[in-house]
Amino acid sequence: MRENYIGKATNRVDGPLKVTGQAKFAAEFTTSGLLYGVVVSGEIAKGKIDSLDDSEALKVEGVHKVFSHKNRPDIIHYINKKHEDQDSPYGEHFKPFYDEKILFNQQPIALVVAETFEAARHASKLIKIKYSEEPFLTDMQIARLEAKKPDKGKMGWEKPKSRGDAEKSFASAEVKFENEYTTSINTHNPMEMFASTVIYHGPGKLTIYDKTQGVMNSLGYVCNIFDLKKDDVQVLSPYVGGGFGSGLRPQYQLMLATMAALDMKQSVRVVLTRQQMFSFGHRPGSINTFKLGADKSGALTSIYHHVVQETSMFEEYTENIASWSGVAYHCENVDLDHKLAHVNLYTPLDMRAPGAASGMFALECGLDELALKLNMDPIELRLKNFAVNDQAHFHRPHASNELKACYIEGAEKFGWSKRNSKPRSLKDGRKFVGYGMAGGMWEANRQAIQVMAAYNKEGKLTVSSASSDMGTGTYTIMAQMAADSFGLHIDQVKAMIGDSKLPEAPLSGGSWTAASLSHGVIFACDKLKKTLFDSAKGMKNSPLSKSTFEGSVFKEGWVYDKTDLTKKVSLLDILKHEKKDEITETDGENKIMGMIKQMPYSKNTHAAVFVEVKVDEDLGMVEVTKVVSAVAAGKILNPKTARSQILGGVVWGISQALHETNLIDHNFGRIMNHSLAEYHITVQKDVGNIEVIFIDEKDDVTSKMGVKGLGEIGIVGTAAAVANAIYNAIGMRIRELPITPDKLIRAT
Amino acid sequence: MNLSEKPTHSLILKINGTDTILKIKPWTSLLDGLREYAGLSGTKKGCDHGQCGACTVLVDGKRINSCLTLAVMHDGHEITTIEGLGTLENLHPLQAAFVEHDAFQCGYCTPGQICSAVGLMNEGKVKTEDDLREMMSGNLCRCGAYSNIFDAVKEVINHKTGVLL
Ligand code: FES
Ligand code: FES
Repeated sequence: MRENYIGKATNRVDGPLKVTGQAKFAAEFTTSGLLYGVVVSGEIAKGKIDSLDDSEALKVEGVHKVFSHKNRPDIIHYINKKHEDQDSPYGEHFKPFYDEKILFNQQPIALVVAETFEAARHASKLIKIKYSEEPFLTDMQIARLEAKKPDKGKMGWEKPKSRGDAEKSFASAEVKFENEYTTSINTHNPMEMFASTVIYHGPGKLTIYDKTQGVMNSLGYVCNIFDLKKDDVQVLSPYVGGGFGSGLRPQYQLMLATMAALDMKQSVRVVLTRQQMFSFGHRPGSINTFKLGADKSGALTSIYHHVVQETSMFEEYTENIASWSGVAYHCENVDLDHKLAHVNLYTPLDMRAPGAASGMFALECGLDELALKLNMDPIELRLKNFAVNDQAHFHRPHASNELKACYIEGAEKFGWSKRNSKPRSLKDGRKFVGYGMAGGMWEANRQAIQVMAAYNKEGKLTVSSASSDMGTGTYTIMAQMAADSFGLHIDQVKAMIGDSKLPEAPLSGGSWTAASLSHGVIFACDKLKKTLFDSAKGMKNSPLSKSTFEGSVFKEGWVYDKTDLTKKVSLLDILKHEKKDEITETDGENKIMGMIKQMPYSKNTHAAVFVEVKVDEDLGMVEVTKVVSAVAAGKILNPKTARSQILGGVVWGISQALHETNLIDHNFGRIMNHSLAEYHITVQKDVGNIEVIFIDEKDDVTSKMGVKGLGEIGIVGTAAAVANAIYNAIGMRIRELPITPDKLIRAT
Repeated sequence: MNLSEKPTHSLILKINGTDTILKIKPWTSLLDGLREYAGLSGTKKGCDHGQCGACTVLVDGKRINSCLTLAVMHDGHEITTIEGLGTLENLHPLQAAFVEHDAFQCGYCTPGQICSAVGLMNEGKVKTEDDLREMMSGNLCRCGAYSNIFDAVKEVINHKTGVLL
């Protein structure tokens, strides 16, 4: 396959639609007679609703109905407990409007449906609710005392494995240190708020525009809980205004809008408010008890990483936080543990690099602290303890691992050699300048997927799959791969995703979409090419009658014999010959088939990130002035969109380090800063110069093309690098995220 | 009686050069007026509270958060939204620069970023790179496309004004 697009910086194919405001998101599809639903959120953390008076709300002109636990339809969901989704953790899932019980603050408790958004919003404020409160606990630091091992956890959960005798080797270690690192509760907050527009076509027949990272997940969920036929419901999400994990589970606006539409036999749209974006799923807070031991040469002799992570009272959300400490570096003695602290908050939900973003904050800060004690350069310490294989998984070799090159090329680009390991040694005016670095790691997985390829009489090739593009560039890489497979200009190719009528695709998360699609698109295109070739060969007096498929090449709408390019058949003639307007083929990969070759290997992406900060000690302000992120992630399909993925990850890492935290008032069990004014995220002014380096890395195990995925790796380690740089600047070690001015001033 | 049958406030907004008659209740925000009544969903809602900049539009050339103002307050004003800046065939220089620099990922903050950058250029206050960063900080981008947004806007400012930041 000639690579005209793959591996080349290619503008997003959906770019023009996005910059002209024509890309439509879930809340932007409409139909005549559409009703608007506004959700009413509860105001206590635990207890029950004694009374809910909607009489005033119903008097508002244009209000049609108020739904709550008092009058909710008797849908199957409430009776048979079939309300799993593809990403639900083990436990008793929350069912909106099931009964009067309140399980968490901001729980949805009523839905006002009206002819206009304005009327519904106004009426929602007129609903009077009385509660009986019960004692609750939202403070993880108290709940940790009762923390217990998870029973089953969630999909992807891996019980951390210990090895050797970490306690003994720690006791006898020549150099050691121990401390506790805390990561805070963070909320995804994609810019687009969760929304579902449910178009009612008749009993049981719906078209749903949903904000989701997987239309098949929303489809399965809705069909399960409302007992609908999959053929009668179509879920669409052509554009998704950011996900970062928040769209991995269907959110409650989907269920409520569908409930209202089916009950009222009318089309309904429900959009959550920004405040309500804090009412479901978050990155869990974690407390990391951490010990490292080494000999004088810097070789690690003991790693101890015990984690307490919060989850709700009703579901066991678990993420792999400690386990990274067992794979990232070579060490014979490792003691890992993971316990859950149950609190009266909603269940956490995967958020960009779930687990690694928290666990590797502890690990990578810990190594920095150890390097200082050893009087060793942090990179040298990491090289010394380089993991030659995956000790936690039967010593499997890496499918590929260019981490060393990440250290070296990153350091070079950053100018690491100019760093003085002694804190407070570099100043810029009244600000102290510090350099810090960290490593990062994320798994490189692939999932089963199906793709359809179609060639039509306009000479256009379409590739489609029920996958998703949340800004990740899925449309573009699909078009690139298909264009190269058929030797077409990218304008002749159309990519279609975000539609449940398309061939089955997995949830888009975990950085596996690109690798999975790299198989799906190529397999589907190959199958279509074979069909087209066979047809061409079978034509009367075909110029290709003696040619073989293996010896053929597709280019600009023709199929040629490679050995004699005068022998060719136009693809349009094949369509005419077949008397068809379009020829389609569907192919892909099932799970088992995809896994066999991969089994003996450990598959991960790696990174090294370097950060320069300037710290104003008097004001406790930290500026991140420069970042270099060196990433080894196999084959890069599109350096332009890939770079953006890493930039985004780095910005998230800075945000995690310096800004983001859900501040909870434990007297009320309520998030105090549930708005974008008070939940701080990185803004334009906070971002200095960020450089991304992709290391050349060959890998023929992880996927055919060597694609590994990039959604998570950019954030992993970044927060640690910021914290390490702050230490280097002012000699203060803050082990509790985020590193806000109050903590810095207190420390200095 | 249904709300829809009730007399509502009728006003004329000059949106993207076209007089558009909207029949709406007086408490409809300009943002909802555009999205729900004028059928222009290019302007985005990210918070409805003036905290994110996704809803930025131009009113008589000045950038404002359209969620923080009522539609009825703009009777007769010239409103420019993302749909009025350029077309697919003929992109506005900022729109073209955003595509070229990959200055977005999900694209949800993008209309607001672009309208904000147009307003910024109309203001003519940007003298340094730091000014540019500061004055674009009212537009949040959760995808973290900031440095590409910066490059795109800087390029267009330089090209337009010849002033090198
Ligand atoms: S929607 Fe207007 S500022 Fe956020
Ligand atoms: S591009 Fe997604 S929020 Fe800016």
